[in-house]
Amino acid sequence: MTLILEAIGYGGWALHALVWLPVLGMLLVLRSEEESAKHVAFWWSLGVFVLSLGLWWAFEPGWGGMQLASSTPWIPAWGVDYALGVDGISLFMVLLTTFTTPLAILGSYRYIGKRQRAFYALMLLLEAGVVGVFLATDVFLFYVFFELTLVPMYFIVGIWGGERRIYAAIKFFLYTAFGSLLMLVGILYLFMKAKTMLGVPTFALAELLQVPLSGTEQLWLFSAFALAFSIKVPLFPLHTWLPDAHVEAPTPGSVVLAAVLLKMGTYGFLRFLLPLFPVASQHPTVVSVMMVLAVIGIVYAAWVAAVQPDAKKLVAYTSVAHMGFVVLGIFALTLNGIQGGLVVMISHGLSTGALFLLLGMLYERRHTREIEAFGGVGRVAPLFATAFVITALASIGLPGTSGFVGEFLALLGTFETHPTIAIVASAGVIFAAYYMLPMVQKVFFNALEKPENREMEDLSGRELVILTPLVALMILVGWHPTPILERMEPSIEVVLERVEEAAAPVMEAEMLPGSETSHAPETAPTTSSETD
Amino acid sequence: MTIFSTLLTSVVQEGHGGGGGDFVPFLPGLVVLLPLLGFVINGFLALRHARRSADAVRAGGELDLGGPGERPATHTLPSLVGPGVMLLAFLVTLVNFVRMLGSELHEPMVVHYWTWIDTGAFHVSAALQLDQLSMVMMMVVTGVGFLIHVFSVGYMKDDPGYPRYFAYLNLFVFFMLVLVMGSSYPLMFVGWEGVGLCSYLLIGYWFSDREKADAGKKAFIVNRIGDFGFLVAMFFLFVTFGTLDFVPVFHDAPDALVYGGGLATAISLFFLLGATGKSAQIPLYVWLPDAMAGPTPVSALIHAATMVTAGVYMVARSSTLFALSPVGSATVAGIGVLTALFAATIALKQNDIKKVLAYSTVSQLGYMFLGVGVGAYAAGVFHLMTHAFFKALLFLGSGAVIHSMHHALHHTHNHADPQDMRNMGGLRKYMPITWTVMWLATLAIAGIWPFAGFFSKDEIIWQTAAFGGAEHAPFPGLYTAYWVIALAAAMLTAFYMTRLMVMTFHGSNRTGSAEEKHLHEAPAVMWVPLAVLAVLSTFGGWINVPEAIRESFLGGFGVLPMTEWLHHWLEPVTATAHHIQETNLGELSHYAPFGGGEVAWAVISTVMALVIVVAASRVLVRGEVKPAAEDAEPTGFGKVLYNKWYVDELYDRTVVQPLLRLSRFCWKWIDAFLIDGAVNAAGLVARGMGWAGSLFQTGNLNTYAFFFSLAALVILGVVVF
Repeated sequence: MTLILEAIGYGGWALHALVWLPVLGMLLVLRSEEESAKHVAFWWSLGVFVLSLGLWWAFEPGWGGMQLASSTPWIPAWGVDYALGVDGISLFMVLLTTFTTPLAILGSYRYIGKRQRAFYALMLLLEAGVVGVFLATDVFLFYVFFELTLVPMYFIVGIWGGERRIYAAIKFFLYTAFGSLLMLVGILYLFMKAKTMLGVPTFALAELLQVPLSGTEQLWLFSAFALAFSIKVPLFPLHTWLPDAHVEAPTPGSVVLAAVLLKMGTYGFLRFLLPLFPVASQHPTVVSVMMVLAVIGIVYAAWVAAVQPDAKKLVAYTSVAHMGFVVLGIFALTLNGIQGGLVVMISHGLSTGALFLLLGMLYERRHTREIEAFGGVGRVAPLFATAFVITALASIGLPGTSGFVGEFLALLGTFETHPTIAIVASAGVIFAAYYMLPMVQKVFFNALEKPENREMEDLSGRELVILTPLVALMILVGWHPTPILERMEPSIEVVLERVEEAAAPVMEAEMLPGSETSHAPETAPTTSSETD
Repeated sequence: MTIFSTLLTSVVQEGHGGGGGDFVPFLPGLVVLLPLLGFVINGFLALRHARRSADAVRAGGELDLGGPGERPATHTLPSLVGPGVMLLAFLVTLVNFVRMLGSELHEPMVVHYWTWIDTGAFHVSAALQLDQLSMVMMMVVTGVGFLIHVFSVGYMKDDPGYPRYFAYLNLFVFFMLVLVMGSSYPLMFVGWEGVGLCSYLLIGYWFSDREKADAGKKAFIVNRIGDFGFLVAMFFLFVTFGTLDFVPVFHDAPDALVYGGGLATAISLFFLLGATGKSAQIPLYVWLPDAMAGPTPVSALIHAATMVTAGVYMVARSSTLFALSPVGSATVAGIGVLTALFAATIALKQNDIKKVLAYSTVSQLGYMFLGVGVGAYAAGVFHLMTHAFFKALLFLGSGAVIHSMHHALHHTHNHADPQDMRNMGGLRKYMPITWTVMWLATLAIAGIWPFAGFFSKDEIIWQTAAFGGAEHAPFPGLYTAYWVIALAAAMLTAFYMTRLMVMTFHGSNRTGSAEEKHLHEAPAVMWVPLAVLAVLSTFGGWINVPEAIRESFLGGFGVLPMTEWLHHWLEPVTATAHHIQETNLGELSHYAPFGGGEVAWAVISTVMALVIVVAASRVLVRGEVKPAAEDAEPTGFGKVLYNKWYVDELYDRTVVQPLLRLSRFCWKWIDAFLIDGAVNAAGLVARGMGWAGSLFQTGNLNTYAFFFSLAALVILGVVVF
C-alpha cells in the first residue's frame, strides 16, 4: 500500500485534494440534473473518503509533529499562508469527516425532497470547510474555514429544516458567530504581538507558538478562544442552540453536526488553546471552571435528556453529556485523559451520527419523532431494532464498544489529577442508562398497539449499507482501539510537553500581576478540594 | 481483515504466557470463542427468522410455526448449535481442568492474545487468566450452563423467538466467561456489563409485554449503579498501582496499601457497591425478583447459578484487597448476612413459585457474601458452587412445573396464573421425577446432612463464629451478631422451602378438575439435566468437608469419600489474603460464641433444619390452601412481607420520582426558561441591528459570503494598518 501511495506521490497532494475535491464536487452537483444530484454527491464524497483512507498508510505513527505539511503564501502582505498539515489529533477528525459525509448523504435520499441540487452542494461545501478546519496550520486559514462551516449549516437548517427552522438557524448562527468574533479579536492580537516580535507578519501556528505571552495576556486570549470553542462543543450553559438546531435540522444536517461540527470545538481546545496558552490552560481556576462545567454538562444534560418527549431532542442532549467527557479528558492534562477524550470524539461521531440516521429513518416511516407514538416496533422491524440497540449501547458506553474505551480513559485520566470530579462524572454512566433505555423500550419494545406502527418497514438495503459500517466500527474500536491510540499518542505528548514546559517558569515566578489576582491559585476556592 | 485474522490465529494457537509452573493450557481461548461462535450463528438465524415473522405481523397475522407439538424447522439448527457449543466449551474446560489437576500451579497462568488498550500511560491486554479460581468458575459456567441449554431445548420448544433465545443465551455465556477468565479488572468489567446486557435482553425476552420489558430496564439501570462503584474502584486501583492487571496488583497490594488504611477501605467499599448491584444485595437487590419475568431457564442460569454470583467471585478474586480492609470486609459480611435474613423473610409469604426462589437466591447470595466477608473465601466459592447446583435444579424444576401447568391451563383456555403455587398442589402424582429431584435440592438448600448445601452453608456459618472469636478480631461483638442472624436465616430457609414443596407437590390438586388430566411429567430432554443436577446437589458438597467434620461421625469417621479438596485447591489464590489475616488477627477461634465446636454446631444446625422441614411439612399439608382466585388478601405483618417490606414503593418515592421531577425542573426552568430566556432576550436587543438577519433568509449565498468577507477584511484592515 505504502508503495502505491509513494508511486502516485500521494503525500504531496492528498491534503489539498481533501479540501478542494469536495468544492469541485459541489460545482459538479450544481451542474447536474436535479434528480441525479444526490447520486453525484454520494459517489463523489465516497471517492473523497477512499482517497482519505490513504492517510492511514501515508501517516507515520511514531511521529507527533505535523505530517505531509505544506505552506504557500496566500495573502503575503498580511503573512497569511495557505498551509495544511496533519498530525495524530487531526488525522482521525479528517477521517471521521470523510467517512460520515457519504453516509449522511446516502441517509438523506428519502428525506430531502426540495431543491436537491442546492442541498447536496451545501453538504459538500460543508465537508470542505470541516476538512479545512482540521487540516489548517495557519491560524487565519483555520478561522476562514471555521467560519465557512457556519454558512452551509445555516442554510441546511434554515431551508430544509422543520417548522421552527428559522428560529433554530438564527439561534445557531448568532450563538456561534458571537463566539468566533471574539476569537477573531484574539487571533488579531496574537498576530500583532508576533509581528512586533518577529518583524514580519505571520499567522502560521508554528510561529505564533513562539510568541511569549504574559500570564494575564494568556488568560484574556484563552477566554476569547475558549468561548468560541465552548459554544461549538457545546459546554454547559452555552448549549441551548444545539437541541433546537438538531431537532429542526434535516437528518444529514444533524448527522454532520453531531459527528463532526461539535468536534471542531474540542479540536480547537487541543490544537490552539492548550499549545498557545499553556499557562492559562493549567491555571487551577481555569481548569476547575472548565471541568466543573463539563461535569455539570454530563449530569445535567443526561437528566434533561431523560424527560424529552421528542427522541431527536433526547439524542441532542446526550451530545452535551458526551462532549462533557471530552472536555473533562482534555483538561485533565494527562495522557490517558486526552486520548480518552479523542476516542470519545470518534465514538460519539459514530454512535450519535448513527442514532440520528436511525431516527431519521424512523421519521421517514412515521413522520413523527414523539417517543410515545411508537411501541413494539421491534416486532415488525427486527433489523432496525438490532441496529438501534447496538448503537444505543455504544452511545451509553457499554464495554466492548467504542464508547467504553473513550469514557473509561477520559475518566481514568481525570481521576489522576481531579479525583472528586472524576467520581461525580462517573455517575454519568448511571444516568446514561436512565435516559437511553426507557426510550429504546418505548419505541422498540412494549406492545405493538398502534396500527401505523404495525405497517412499518424494516431496514432497506440502502439503509443497511449506511448502518453496517458504523456499527462494525463501534464494535471494532471497542475491542481493538490500539491502532488509533498509537497514532494519536505522539501528537498528544507534544501538546502535553508544551503545557508542562510552561508550568516550570510559572511556578518559579508566581507572576500574575496585580490586576489578575482573582485568578491567582491561592484565591481559587474550588481548586484545593479537587486537586488533593 | 488483518486484525481479524490476527485475533483468530492468536486465539486458536496454544497460549503463551507468564506464570504457571508446568501447567500447559489447552486452547483456553476456545472456551470463550465457542459460545461467541454460537451467538453469531444463532444471531444470524434469529434475524432471518424475525424478518419472516415481521412480514407475517405486517400482513396482519402471526408467523405459522406449524401445529402444536411439532418442532418447527427453524428450531433445528439453534437446538444443535446452542447446546453444542456449550458442550464443546465444557469439554475444553475439562481438559484444562484435568491438566491443572496434574500440575503444580502456584502463580496464575496468563495467556496473552492482543493489546486491548495502550495509551502509553495505561496498558491492558486482552488476556485470559487460568488459575484455580477461574477454573472452578469455568467448570460451573460451562457445566451447569450446558445442562440449562439442554433443558431449554425442551422448555422453549413452542416459543416463536427460539433462535433469538439461544443467541442471547450463548452471548451471555461468552460474557460470563470473559468475566471469570479475564486477567484484569477492565476485562472483568467487560464481562460484568456484558452479562448485565444479556440479563437485560433475556429478562425482557418477551418484550411485547410491558411489565417484562420494564423488569429488564430496571435490572440494567440498578446494575449500572453498581457498575459506577466498580469503575471508581478501578480508578483508585490505577492511581495506586499504575496497572489494573490482577497479578501485579495483588503482588504489590500488601506493600502499597496500609492494613486498615483509608485507601484499602475506599477500594473495597466501591467494589462492594459494584458487587451489591450484580449480586442483588441490599440496597440494590430490588431488580432480581422482577427479573423472574424472563424465561425460567434464564432464571436458573443467569439469576441463580452464574451471573448473580459474579459479585462473590469478584470479592474472592480481590481477596488480597479485601483482607487489607477490615472495615470493608466487615461491611461485605454485614450486607451479606442482613440480606440473607431480609430476603428470607420475604420468601415466607410469596405465592409465585419463582418469586420464592428469587428471594431465596438473594438470601443465599447473602451467605456467600458473609463467607467472603469473614475471610472464608474458599467457603464462599464453595457455597457459590453448591448453590449453582441446587438452585439451578430448583429453578429448572419449577420450570418443569410451570411448563406442565401452562400446558394444562392452555388446554382449557384457563387464564389462571401457572406460576402461582396456590393453583398447584398434589403435583407429586403427575410429576414424580420432578418431585423427587426438587426434594433433594430442598434438603440441600435447607442445609441437611449429607446434602451439598449442608457442608457449604455450615462452613460459612462456622467461619463467621471462628473469625469473630479470633485473637485480635476487629469487631468481635458484630461477628457474634452475624453468626446468630446467619443461623436464624438458615432456619427460615428450611421453612420457606418446605412451604414451597408442600404447596406445589403435596395436598390435593387445586388446578381444576378439567385441567388436572393435562398435567404431565417433563420430557426427557428436561428431566435428564434435572437428574444430573440432583446428583451434584446430593454429593457435590463432599469435595470440601472440613477435617473436623470428616473425622467425626458426620463423615463416617473418615470412611466416607469426603475430602477438603476445594479449600486446598484455592489455596494459591487466597494465600496472600490468609497471610494478611493471620498476621493481623492472630489465630481463629475453635469455639462458637456460646461454646461448642465445629462438629457440635454442625449437628445442631442440621438437626434444627430437619426438625423444621419435618414439622412444617406435617403442619402445612394439613392447612387449607385456596386457589389464587378465591384466596383472601394477607393481613397484618404477613401483608408487609407479602408486599416485600414496601421497598420498591420506598425507592420509587425517594429516588425515582424525585429524580424525574428534578429532570423536568432542569429542562423546563433552567434550560427553557433561564438560559434560553436570556438568549432570546439578548436576541431581541440585537433585533435593532438584527434587521440584517432578514438578509440571511433570502437564502442568497453570495450576498452573505460577500458581506461576511467584507466585514472580516475591514476588521483585519483596521487592526493591521
